This record gives sequence, structure tokens and C-alpha cells, in this order.
Amino acid sequence: MTPPLSATGTGTGTASAWDELRTIGSEAQWRDAGPEDTVAGIQPRMVFEPQNEAELAAALRCADSAGLAVTPRGSGSKDAWGNPPTRADLILSTARLNRIIEHAWADLTVSVEAGCTFATLQNALAQHGQRIAVDPLWPEHATVGGILSTNDSGTLRIRYGGLRDLIIGVTIALPDGTLASSGGKVVKNVAGYDLPKLITGALGTLGVITRAVFRLHPLPHNIRTFTLAERDWANANQLVLAVQGSKLAHTGLQVRLKSGEQPKVDIRFDGTEAGLAAQSEVLRKLALPATETESNAEVWHARQRLFGPSAQSDRAFAIVKCSVLPGSIAATCDQLRDLSEPLNVSWEAVVQGTGLGYIRFEASQPLPIHQALQAMRARLEPGGSVVVLHRSPGIPEIDAWGDAGDAFPLMLKVKEQLDPKKTLNPGRFVGGI
Amino acid sequence: MDPRILAEFRAITGDRGLITSHEQLKTYECDGLTNFRVMPDAVLLPSSTEQVQAIVRVCHRAGIPFVARGSGTGLSGGALPVKDGVVISTAKMSSILEVDLPNARMVVEPGVINLEVTERVAPHGFFYAPDPSSQSVCSIGGNVAENAGGAHCLKYGFTTTHVLGLEVVLPDGSIAHLGGKALDAPGYDLTGVFVGSEGTLGIATKITLRIVKRPECIHTLLAAFGSTIEAGAAVSDIIGAGMLPAAMEMMDNLAIQAAEAAVHANYPNCGGLLLVELDGPIAEVEALIQQVDAICRKCGANEIKVAQTDAERALVWKGRKAAFAAVGRISPNYIVQDGVIPRTALPRLMNEIARLGTEAGIRVANVFHAGDGNLHPLVLYDRRIEGQEHAAEVLANRILELCIEAGGSITGEHGVGEEKKMMMSKMFAEPDLETMQRVRCAFDPKQLANPTKVFPRPRLCGEVPGKYEPHPLEVAGIAERF
Repeated sequence: MTPPLSATGTGTGTASAWDELRTIGSEAQWRDAGPEDTVAGIQPRMVFEPQNEAELAAALRCADSAGLAVTPRGSGSKDAWGNPPTRADLILSTARLNRIIEHAWADLTVSVEAGCTFATLQNALAQHGQRIAVDPLWPEHATVGGILSTNDSGTLRIRYGGLRDLIIGVTIALPDGTLASSGGKVVKNVAGYDLPKLITGALGTLGVITRAVFRLHPLPHNIRTFTLAERDWANANQLVLAVQGSKLAHTGLQVRLKSGEQPKVDIRFDGTEAGLAAQSEVLRKLALPATETESNAEVWHARQRLFGPSAQSDRAFAIVKCSVLPGSIAATCDQLRDLSEPLNVSWEAVVQGTGLGYIRFEASQPLPIHQALQAMRARLEPGGSVVVLHRSPGIPEIDAWGDAGDAFPLMLKVKEQLDPKKTLNPGRFVGGI
Repeated sequence: MDPRILAEFRAITGDRGLITSHEQLKTYECDGLTNFRVMPDAVLLPSSTEQVQAIVRVCHRAGIPFVARGSGTGLSGGALPVKDGVVISTAKMSSILEVDLPNARMVVEPGVINLEVTERVAPHGFFYAPDPSSQSVCSIGGNVAENAGGAHCLKYGFTTTHVLGLEVVLPDGSIAHLGGKALDAPGYDLTGVFVGSEGTLGIATKITLRIVKRPECIHTLLAAFGSTIEAGAAVSDIIGAGMLPAAMEMMDNLAIQAAEAAVHANYPNCGGLLLVELDGPIAEVEALIQQVDAICRKCGANEIKVAQTDAERALVWKGRKAAFAAVGRISPNYIVQDGVIPRTALPRLMNEIARLGTEAGIRVANVFHAGDGNLHPLVLYDRRIEGQEHAAEVLANRILELCIEAGGSITGEHGVGEEKKMMMSKMFAEPDLETMQRVRCAFDPKQLANPTKVFPRPRLCGEVPGKYEPHPLEVAGIAERF
């Protein structure tokens, strides 16, 4: 059965190309794309849910040879990240590729298919007292493939590193239908190129992740979180540096900032009861004259809360991920204040001790937000970066990524080697890749 | 080599930066893997990024292959020269350019020695975590090329975890800055691809490192077991109890004897020695070391010592780090092998290695990074006995095959280099290698950077890759595509 002619795909695919595509898998795995499937405003034509890697690779190859553009999708929770695609014809959904292939708990590794949601995976790992030591956004929905493709790390990064440090193997489907694995399922392995790192954060522009292998960490037995209210962000930044420069073994350290409010510093410890008591004592002395109060784990969801709806629904807002050096957090706040005040833009931020932060800008009008984003990027680049993750309707388009510097030509060459026809997510990545 | 090219090189580096005499070139004909030797046409010793760039441009124009070399301590032939090529040594680029303590970053040139990084920041309570056994002589540039590991990467991660940014000279002579001091620079993580690429993607000329705050205390526990099997059970139980020690190392009796003979580390004479290092806040470590002690006793440890002073710890580690070289005291010749297995396969593999050794009449000493399943079997032989060298090579290769069959890797930290490139097609299927080669083509379409290494066969950039073929292990039903 051919799709209805009314479908509004952007590609040049002929009816016969779609016919060929639809011989892959069963009828139930194909459906017409609806308005809910638009990718940043572009309406694709069909959605395919492969049952296995071979079907996924076959569909990808077939679309590639027909010149159709493909958008890989997990749950779609971060579908608006990146630039809008220049074309989108076929959505390759990993919804049915959701098996946990092997939890080798005694070896502290797990192999999992890309479509498995993070919460499902973590629940399974928890049965053996383990976890992937990363806390991404919307774990109930977000899939392993989507989290990897967007390089979405949270508060645990300061202790355990990012996804790049936790992924040890990957299998990807390339547009020519190749299924290629690299890395492996042992933590220590230097055979061949480290393609798991290349694919992490590539926003699905090099290949479609079909499965990944991660190293695991034991779940902590006891966790305590403390919060300190600081007089201003200069003090908050000093405390962050003091904690980082101390012998504390914290597993979380973040600053919560809101224009017009006292900044708050959250710090998390885990370990034995004896160790926790001793560390709390060290923190108490370190933080003077500020005093700590014990908080619940909710504070670590502050980043996710930034993405929530506005209190007043008519306000425009944008959310960015910014990266600065840990020592520059206060200076960055000064810049934020200086650029947003004249524009009547308010802001709220959650910045990790690693220097990675998330900022939400809000204003009654969309245009000042656009100006604030531009000004922010101009001040942080080079050396730091501002990646625009979300813009509410009405805010004029702005490049999501910013400048990749003199490494960009090389990135383009990597793209040309793996996806020469620009089939995967065309236009969504850095520099129009 | 064409004298006009040599003249160009001389104009770049000056007389003192160019080696062409046969006598001096001999120093560079091999690296730490001495059974492969190739004489380079010339060795260049640039002293700046600009000089590296100028040299590489000449190579690119004239089609001359080049091999970058740090201290030449690599164990897989990564710095082995290639025929009709030049060696570019980074030995003169040995400055620490920046120390940024508040942000825990350092920027160094590639020729800086690993241990010098830690020495520079130790007075401020920091250290550089990757600590290969050769750390007093190996260079950071070489560490980057090989993604060097070390005993403490169990907890702290490998070189790749600690390299945040790179300035590289690409094989066409252009310069690119990958990553940077701040995390998550926009674009592909090419830093992650470059680290561990064994000199096949270009030459790193500046390296931004992450340094780590030294923990409040470090305790090292030595436990003597009757066998490595018992010691292995203790390792599993420690991991099972939810602990992540800074290091867990194991040695068998032959390795202990060798280390004792060489450095008198005061190790107990036993069948399997386990070394567990815990670090962190004092209260935490003291609680955990008791747990480790109890686990070791339960698993049959008959003697347990805890090294608490720096001097005691240093001696314990000296023995471990000297183990490879020490084996020379008990055998005229030996092969250092480097393979990885899932930790749980350890008892099975130990039995199998012992059986194969007995069958072949060859002794194998074992040193492992037990926490992450990285084995270093030392295959001992005597070249003077006819057939023994060959038998040792066969055994060493067989051990790697066992690692692959167990779902592991042919190298955990020494690299593929020249030595193991033929093993790559046993570990990876053709499409896997093709995909890596495409990445190589993006960096080095003319295949001039360490061209004969890592991959079993060269691939012309622009070739159409073949179609998917099932992996030999899949066909045999041994492994699912992992």
C-alpha cells in the first residue's frame, strides 16, 4: 500500500521508493506521520518502527539510496534540540528496539538497545544494586539512544564523568546499511578507534545508534544532600571552588541562581554513615559563615524544572546549555545580569561545579530574549559555549550551536565519510551539518 | 631520501633537530617492542607547533609517511618507523605551558613526562591520575596516542577521561583545536576519537589535561592467597559489595618471585597476591578497609598487611610496577601480553592459560589489573632453545584469542600498533573496521600518519565499503553482535 498522496514529505522520494521501503518489516510497523511527528516544524511523511537492527539498517539504506532524509527518534523528548532540519521524510523510531540485552552485573556492564527508556534500564540495574551513574532529563521517557545522541548529563557528572566516560561500546547503523560496532563490553579496551565517543553528542547525524554498552557503578547506600544559601554569586562561586579544592568526595555540586534571589549551593555526599558524618563536618567548617541545611533529593531536579511551563503562560522563554570554567561562574553571572537587565529579561540558572549550566531566560516579549541569547554567546565564545535547547514560539531563529572553531572542517569531513548524502538529520547539527 | 627534502627539513628544525646518521638513527629503529625494527630515513626533533606543521606539510606534499614518537616506551610498536618514512620526535617539546589550579587544568606540550605533571602540582595537593608503569619516562603525547591506562584507572579512568582538549597538526599540515578547557564544546567529540588513535590521525602539539585533587587518605592492603583463583573470588566479592577501590592488582607466584628478586618489595610468598588500594575521606576508607579485610579472610587470605605510610605504599607499588622488567631476572626472554576479559571469566582463563603453558612446556607469569579484567601474562622462554620462541608466540596469541572468545579485548592499554593489527579482524568484523577506516580517511586521506599500524589492511580512501558480513564469532555462535 502506498501512502496517501496528501502526505507532505519534503524529500524527492518517488512512490516506488516508499513501496520498497514498506516491504521492510510488517504493515503494523509503518504509519503515516501526523502533526505530532513534526520535527521543528518540518512534517515528515512516514514513521517506521523497526523490530531489530537489521530492519533499521535496511530501511536506512533504502531511504539513503532514494534520497530521503531520515530523522532517528527515541521518545522524542528532546526532538526540538538542535537546528530545524532542512529536510525530514522518514522517522526511524527505536520504540521497538527496547531490550536490555545483557546485564553482566558481576562485571559491572550492561548492553542495551537504543530504544530502552532510561528509567526502565535503571530499574533493572537496581535489582543488582547498580546504576549507570548519570541523571538525564525526563528519565521516564528519554531513551538510551536519545540521551547519548544529545549528550545529556546531569548532576552526577562531577564525580563519574559524562556519557563519554561511561559508554564502552556502541553499534550504529550507517546510511549505506552497514551495522558497525566499536568498543566492546569490557571497561578497559584500546583496540581501534573510540567511536562510542564520536557518536555521543552527534545528534544522530553520523549513524543511528542501535545499541550501547555502559560501565556501571554500585548504587550508593546512604546519601545526604546539604544546601547553603550564599550572600551573592561571588560567594557561591568561591564555595564551589573551595569544595572542589578540598578533600571532600562529593557526588553532586551545583549552584541555583535566580535574578533577584540569594544563590543556593547544593552538595551531595554518599558512602558509609561514618564517612558521611565526617564529610558533613568538613563542609560545615569550609562553608562558614554560611550555614548548611539538609535538603531532600528534590533539589537535584532543579535542572529539569527549568524546562517546565511558565507561571504566566503568555511569557516568552528560552533555555540554553552553557559551558564555562568552574572558576568563571560568578563572572558569567555578572555578564548575564549586565546583558539581561537593560533588556528586561529575567533569568534562572542551575550551574554544576563542572562549569556546565542551564539557563532559562524569560520576558514578556520574544525579541529581547533573542538579543540576550546573542549577547550571551558573543561574551562566552571562544573558550565557552552557549547551546540553545529551547525557544518558545515567536523568538526569532538563532543557530542552536555556536562556533565549532577551526575543528569544523574536520567535523565536516567525518560527516562526509559516514553520511555522504546528508541523509541523517540534515542541517540540524553544528555549522549546518 | 631526496637531499632536497632533507634540506627543507634542515631549514625547519636546524641541524640539531635533524638526525640522518646511521648510528644515531639506530636509536629510533624500534620502541619498547624490540622484536620489530625498521630504520627511518630521518628523525626530526621539532621544538614548536609551527615546526611540526612545517614538517608535516613537507611530508604531505612529497607523500612521505611519518611516525610520531614520544619517549618510545610503547609496547605494541606504535612508534616503530615505517619504511621510507621519517620519525617526528616530540622530545624537545617538553614545556608545561599552563597550570590552572582553580579549574584543575593544565596545558602541556606532548614531550612532557607523565610523572612531571604530577610532580608540578603535587605541592598543591593535586595529581594526574593515569599512571602507566612507565610513568617516570613515558610522555603525555605518547599517552594520548595510546590512551594509556595504569593501575588507578579502575576508579579514575584512562588518559581519555583526563584529556579535555588538544591542539593537533593534521596529516595535511593544518592545525585544529579539538575540545578545550571548558566541557562539551559544540560539535563532534573529536578529542575522544583522537585519544587512543595511535598516531594515525595526526600529531598532538598541545594537550589540555584535567588534574585531580589528592584524596584525604590512601590505604593499600596486601592479601596473600593460596592461588589467583581465590584472590579472584575476593575481587568479585569486593565489587559485589558495592565498593570501587582506586586500584586492585593481582600477581601470581612467578611474578611475585620476579618482583622480589628485583626490588625486594617484601611481598609474602604465595600463590596469588592481591593488592587493594582504597582512597577517600579517612572515615570512609577506614570503614571500607575493614570490609575488604573481612572479604579477603573469608576468601582464604592467610596473610594481610596494610601499608599506611607513603614509604610503605611506594615500596608496594615499586614491586608491582617493576614486574615486567623483573621477569628478566627469572627468564632470559619473555613476551609481555596485554588482553582484557570480563572479570568473571578470570578463573576459567587462569586455568586455561596454566593448561596451555604446561602443554607447551612454557612458564607464564601473571600480573593483572584485576579490577577491570586487564591481564598481563608474561610468557617466559629461552631463545637459545630451539622452537621455544615460536611456541611462546603461539601461546601469547592463543591467550588473546581466549580473551576475544570470553567477550574481551586484544588490548587494554598497550595498543594495537604493529604487533596486534592482524588480531583486529578476529575481534572486529569487516564492517566495524571499515567504519573506523572511514574516520581515518576523514583525518588522513593520503594515509601518511603511521600508515601501516592498527588495521590489518590499508584501505584506499574513496573505496566503496563492502556490504555487511556476519562476524566470525557470530557464525560460530560464540558471541552475539555485541
